[in-house]
Amino acid sequence: MNIVVCIKQVPDTETQIKIASDNKSIVTDDIKWVMNPYDEFGVEEALRLKEKFGGEVTVVGLGPKRVTESLRTALAMGADKAVLITDDALEGSDSLAVAKALAAAIKDLEYDLIFTGQRGVDDDMGVAGASLAELLGIPHVALAVKVEVAEDGKSVKVHRPVEGQTLVIESGLPVLITAQKGLNEPRYASLPGIMKAKKKPLDEKSLSDLGLDSAQFGQEGRKVKVLELTPPPERAAGKIVEGETPQEKAAELARLLHEEAKVI
Amino acid sequence: MSELQEYFGETHNMVRNTVRKFVDREIRPFVDQWEEQGEFPRELYRKAGDAGILGIGFPEAYGGSGGDLFHKIAAVEELMRCGSAGVVAGLGSLDISIPPILSLGTEEQKVRFVRPVLRGDRISALGVTEPNAGSDVAGIQTKAVRQGDHYVVNGSKMYITSGARANQLTCAVRTGGKSYRGISFLVIESDTPGYSVSEKLRKMGWWASDTAQIFFDECKVPAQNLLGREGQGFYGIMENFQAERLQLSVMANMTAQIALEESVRYSREREAFGRPISGFQVTRHKLADMATLVEASREFVYRVAAKIDAGKNQVKEISMAKNFACMVSDRVTYDAVQIHGGAGYMREYLVERLYRDNRILSIGGGTQEIMKEIISKHILGK
Ligand SMILES: Cc1cc2nc3c(=O)[nH]c(=O)nc-3n(C[C@H](O)[C@H](O)[C@H](O)COP(=O)(O)OP(=O)(O)OC[C@H]3O[C@@H](n4cnc5c(N)ncnc54)[C@H](O)[C@@H]3O)c2cc1C
Repeated sequence: MNIVVCIKQVPDTETQIKIASDNKSIVTDDIKWVMNPYDEFGVEEALRLKEKFGGEVTVVGLGPKRVTESLRTALAMGADKAVLITDDALEGSDSLAVAKALAAAIKDLEYDLIFTGQRGVDDDMGVAGASLAELLGIPHVALAVKVEVAEDGKSVKVHRPVEGQTLVIESGLPVLITAQKGLNEPRYASLPGIMKAKKKPLDEKSLSDLGLDSAQFGQEGRKVKVLELTPPPERAAGKIVEGETPQEKAAELARLLHEEAKVI
Repeated sequence: MSELQEYFGETHNMVRNTVRKFVDREIRPFVDQWEEQGEFPRELYRKAGDAGILGIGFPEAYGGSGGDLFHKIAAVEELMRCGSAGVVAGLGSLDISIPPILSLGTEEQKVRFVRPVLRGDRISALGVTEPNAGSDVAGIQTKAVRQGDHYVVNGSKMYITSGARANQLTCAVRTGGKSYRGISFLVIESDTPGYSVSEKLRKMGWWASDTAQIFFDECKVPAQNLLGREGQGFYGIMENFQAERLQLSVMANMTAQIALEESVRYSREREAFGRPISGFQVTRHKLADMATLVEASREFVYRVAAKIDAGKNQVKEISMAKNFACMVSDRVTYDAVQIHGGAGYMREYLVERLYRDNRILSIGGGTQEIMKEIISKHILGK
């Protein structure tokens, strides 16, 4: 079973995000970059399937050189090889353009399954996975919390939580699955794995290597334009419910929820 | 322009990320609770073993993860970020008790006593200090008398990190005459008849780390648990001190670094007389001094570590580095509490714990005074 996992590098969720002076992007100077957590679930799932069925796991990333570190992390976890799509012209691309570049890099690989995260925790667009499946002409199953590949390795059942119920979707292969929190607990990249990863193949591809026209990428190529970034509104001060007794406090709380917050 | 010489490369950063993730997931959410409880769950050893964190710096042949000194430093620095040096000390008791087994032990001893510890299945502690001998290592009194294929051990070990639940103790005992030449190392397993353990000792800091006194009463230890030859113990202890002192220096630097970060943050938030206290020049200058000291100490310790990693003798320098790092962390944790005012005295604030946890660093692994003895002997001759 050959599996491809797409990896995005995103700011560490603990990073304090600052909006840049253009009001359209963020300050990237002091950011700690990590593998998108949803992609990590994809890597882990791919490794477990490889342990069961054999085959190879290839990780594919896109972005500046620093993305190498996230790819190496996936290699250290146990993936076999990596492809980095890197090109100055990619800077500022939207999700559709990213999917196009990924599709170009993946279409000639052998794969039965592709994992992507259900979304990137940075821009929260959640469209790269679906677009990639469309461009490759394969089915797409979103938001997996459980992936069961049939013993014969020919089909897969994917569990997706919906409003407290579980929807089970069956698909033939190849298929693209987007990973959701709860799918698994990703393993840690251990030091021996990290040292081994240094020797695993990591291919770099530019847009022209992939036969793509750079005019379709970057800011110019965007179908979706960012107009403005604004920080979330400052949280208002909390309210302390007054009252002498627990009964009085409860009554006052009920009144506030009803009359002021209007939630009951 | 020439390339910047760095101590940490890509693999070190990846180790950092792994340990950071481990801390975020397995330690940080529970750390305050463990501090109050006075220990962390045994299971944490297993988890850290599975993630290969316990094995960093130890040979892969015995279940270690390999790596150089800077992989180890990266791991300790990130572990310290959990905010409890007690957790780090507890997990780290193997770092002071396994090296003598690796340097003096037989193949069979290494397999038996190292592997399960690096996997996190067994807890390992170091027993050197006694009620009547601490700095004066050569003065230990715990006696081991050879009887056939056993040693009969009588005596006691004091202030033993992880002592309350250790499965094995790398233990300094007297097998010979009064001088340092009469000291040997035995690995004593806690289920040996005659081995008993005190209640957990109540301490100023390192609350999440269990510390105990251990007693030997006619404790029959198989002679095959002797590390190396009789009389090699003192050498083993001294050799071991280098790594321990480096580790304590790194812990001091991180204690100071975190205290500094907390102080910068608090001084921006806290207002007095109508402005943030970071607006007062006294506060700003205090922070500037703290940052300068932390920077200097960190660079010094890294430099000494690089020399140790390259195989150079650094007995004098590591003693200097430990004293310097502890002097810095004493000062910086003191000032951090001062900047926090009354809040700094409250358990709710991290600096309160940093201040308490810091105090042991200039005592354990050789006191400040003993470090100065070593340094002065090097610069004056005996
Ligand atoms: C939390 C904690 C954990 C510990 N963990 C371990 C452990 O896991 N294993 C272990 O074996 N030990 C452990 N120790 C013990 C520690 O190593 C000793 O406390 C330390 O070496 C000092 O020894 P001591 O307490 O006997 O002090 P002493 O040696 O009695 O020293 C008392 C004072 O006299 C000074 N002094 C002594 N000799 C001289 C001299 N020649 N010149 C000038 N001044 C001198 C000392 O510097 C000190 O200020 C731990 C201690 C603590 C507090």
